[in-house]
Amino acid sequence: MDDLIADFVAECREMLEALGGEIVAWEAEPDDRARLDSIFRFVHTVKGNCGFFEFPRLEALSHAAEDALADVRAGRRQPDGPLVSAVLAIIDRIGEMVAAIEAGEEMPAGDDSALIDALAPGAEGPATPLVTAAADGHGKSSAAPRTIRLSVELLDRVMSTVSDMVLARNELARRLRESPTDVPVDGAFERLSSIIAEMRDAITRTRMQRIENLFVGLPRMVRDLSAELGRQVLVDIEGGDVELDREMIEMIRDPLTHIIRNAVDHGIEPPAERLKAGKREIGILSVSARQSGNQILIDIHDDGRGIDGKKLVEKAIAAGTVDKADAAQMTPREQLALIFEAGLSTAKEVTAISGRGVGMDVVRSNVERIGGIVEVDSKPGEGTRMTLRVPLTLTIIPALTVSIGDQHFAIPRSAIEEIVRANGESVSLEHLGGAGVATIRGRRVPEISLAEILGLDSEVDEMDRTLIVLRPGGGDVYALAVDRIHDHEELVVKPAAPAVMATGLYAGTTLADDGSPILLFDAAGLAQVGGVKLEQQERAARIALGPAAAAAKATAVLLFRGLDGGRKALRLAVVERIEEVPVAAIKQAAGQLRVQVGEAILPLAGANVGELGQDKVRVFRLNDGVHEIGYAFAEVLDFATIDNDVIHAERPGEVSGVSLVNGEPAEIVDAHWLFANHVGRAARATEQLVCRLPSDDPWMQNMLRPMVEAAGYRVVGDHEDAAADLVIASKGSEVGDDAAKKTIWLRTEPEATGKKDDSIYRYDRAGLLMALKSAGAGRGK
Amino acid sequence: MNELLLVVTIGGERVALPSAAVESVVELDTLIPVPRAAPHVAGLSALRSRVLTVVDCMRSLELGATDCSDGIREAAVVELDGHHYALIVDMVEDVVEALSDPAPVRAAMGPGWERVSEGMVETETGPLLLVDVAALIAGAERQAA
Repeated sequence: MDDLIADFVAECREMLEALGGEIVAWEAEPDDRARLDSIFRFVHTVKGNCGFFEFPRLEALSHAAEDALADVRAGRRQPDGPLVSAVLAIIDRIGEMVAAIEAGEEMPAGDDSALIDALAPGAEGPATPLVTAAADGHGKSSAAPRTIRLSVELLDRVMSTVSDMVLARNELARRLRESPTDVPVDGAFERLSSIIAEMRDAITRTRMQRIENLFVGLPRMVRDLSAELGRQVLVDIEGGDVELDREMIEMIRDPLTHIIRNAVDHGIEPPAERLKAGKREIGILSVSARQSGNQILIDIHDDGRGIDGKKLVEKAIAAGTVDKADAAQMTPREQLALIFEAGLSTAKEVTAISGRGVGMDVVRSNVERIGGIVEVDSKPGEGTRMTLRVPLTLTIIPALTVSIGDQHFAIPRSAIEEIVRANGESVSLEHLGGAGVATIRGRRVPEISLAEILGLDSEVDEMDRTLIVLRPGGGDVYALAVDRIHDHEELVVKPAAPAVMATGLYAGTTLADDGSPILLFDAAGLAQVGGVKLEQQERAARIALGPAAAAAKATAVLLFRGLDGGRKALRLAVVERIEEVPVAAIKQAAGQLRVQVGEAILPLAGANVGELGQDKVRVFRLNDGVHEIGYAFAEVLDFATIDNDVIHAERPGEVSGVSLVNGEPAEIVDAHWLFANHVGRAARATEQLVCRLPSDDPWMQNMLRPMVEAAGYRVVGDHEDAAADLVIASKGSEVGDDAAKKTIWLRTEPEATGKKDDSIYRYDRAGLLMALKSAGAGRGK
Repeated sequence: MNELLLVVTIGGERVALPSAAVESVVELDTLIPVPRAAPHVAGLSALRSRVLTVVDCMRSLELGATDCSDGIREAAVVELDGHHYALIVDMVEDVVEALSDPAPVRAAMGPGWERVSEGMVETETGPLLLVDVAALIAGAERQAA
């Protein structure tokens, strides 16, 4: 009997969860038959099961709801606001009871007759105002794929066994390399390897869940919140199909909920206030998720009153977190970042929902604990955008291996901002009172020596070390001096024993390919043990920088030597990892060079057949979030940033321009072009959309054009005769009377200016792609 | 059925570990030090693609340090709270059967031994000190805290 009840509870919960979105959608559109049917099915199922289990209250409730809904289905009654609210109230009550049954509690005593009476035609409903809300992506009522229920614990066990298996295979591979073996043994091992790789892939996917599971409850939550607070809010959800480690989903549930509560409570104004400010009565809260490299970005944007940075500063000064002199120096972005400081809230009064001054600091620490980042951007009067960036999974971490003496360590890639040589031109090292300070291109950052922190001997002279600039979570940077850096690796990280964690330096342990253990550093822990004061540091650092330089944003690039011997640079962000492949894995196939890396065959750029040599080729794996391509090269020279002007190439091609990098000229490889030419070819649609770009704007022609073309557009100039589907122009320039469906305005500064500025920052690649895509979709309709 | 004990030598003393707690006995060859960890954490080692935290029992008992310079050491592998540890001992002798329940030791032992003692058990080869593995792993730190 207990088993049956457990099944019943599980079924109810699942249906309730799935129903969350449906109910709100039904409310917005009471005539929607499919939604009505699924709600009817739910109460019907509950009713059937309760009779069997003897839960009389549940039975009475579901019976009443079923009757009312049956009338609606039969057309005897029109669904209206009070009916919807009454049904919702009943479903909520059912949810509470199911939770009580699950917890094994006695069925709470209570009277449901008020709820049941509210169902009667013409009855006064519970006093909840009708709120318009729409949920995207719940329109499907197709049959669900066959599923079984598994405990996450079991999955975790399988996952960790598979991780062990990968490590065991690595060890076996090492031993096979050491001793001469027969060809059949090698063959069998290869097969085993590929099976393991496939299995790991599959098992990783079982841990992935569509973020929809997190979003599905949002419309309902916002509806209830806005009803309670007297707001009118329209929820717009996008990107529910993005997949994320299920553990991760659980970890961001609370921060996300908190941010949304804040947005409804503090962001979106009451309808009257909105009208006064010249906005629509109904506030828009958009939640979107997208994948960018190995990160997931979740944007929560409201068009409410925004955050007043100055007020925050006043509060912070009053609370003593910031002193006045510092406050005067703060940029708008830094002012906004104050909301993450503990104990600050601009809410005038404390409400039941939010504004108790605990919150955003907790949100930030929760997100940082999983290796993520929260960013805030806001314009008073126009709205607030919160962005959560979280890694895809918890267990596999891209890391850089470094060494002191002959011991190797790993540093998580996500914390690394850049890598410079201590004896580089734009770097100088000073000692102040025994503490190290590095000046990197005019920016002063505290420098700590890894050898010193660890108490190890280093035979490398201070000036010959490499400085790794780290930005642990929050946004403060420091430089870590290491003897040598080695390679980027994806490491399967396991928690270390408590005695090791107690040092505060390490985030976990992992095994290198040669089977020896490696310690993974915790970047924030290193800073703490090294005595770096992180909190105030960024503000002080800027003073050294001077106001003029602040605007220039350096782009991190990877400097390398191509197979043709040229000194080239590639944006670090597009390089996913570096692989070494035998020349035999590179073949001319289907019209272009292709390289086999593991199980995947990628288009290969950067090489001609003649240049490949005999033995092995190193290949960058480039990723634009959807497609991957390979780029062959000879050797990695350095990590650098482009802070000089880029001289653009005349015509679009593999090289978009030349710039001085570390004092010598380097060709900047155009990743847009690479993808456009190696992937875009196949992806280009037969019926092309036309986009008009100003012919005399070199940036548009060189940087943007490849991207627009990759998005499937045919590009025309100012004076070419063609009906453009889309026009892209710099902000402030004139656009002719073109019958274009849509115009995308680009601005050169990251921050939007003024109200109604719907322009896009021109390096906001994701934003641009989104705009390009939506413009294309507009025509399809 | 009586408990089985693994008889090992630490710092020249024969002591007993509850054999149910011991997964295996291994010979450690590589040892990766963990800078800034507590002194009794000798380092990390790998066993069948698992990371072992190596505990120097001599240091844990405040009897001095085991000399790890000569390479291979014998160690007992135990699991505690999901982590695997290798306890470096001088020598692993044998598995014997406990003939009694642990009884308090009334004689004065060294402070380190006192800390890890679970009592005295009778065996066929005479009385042995039964060692609490968790206390051994916690080391001297816990007392200070």
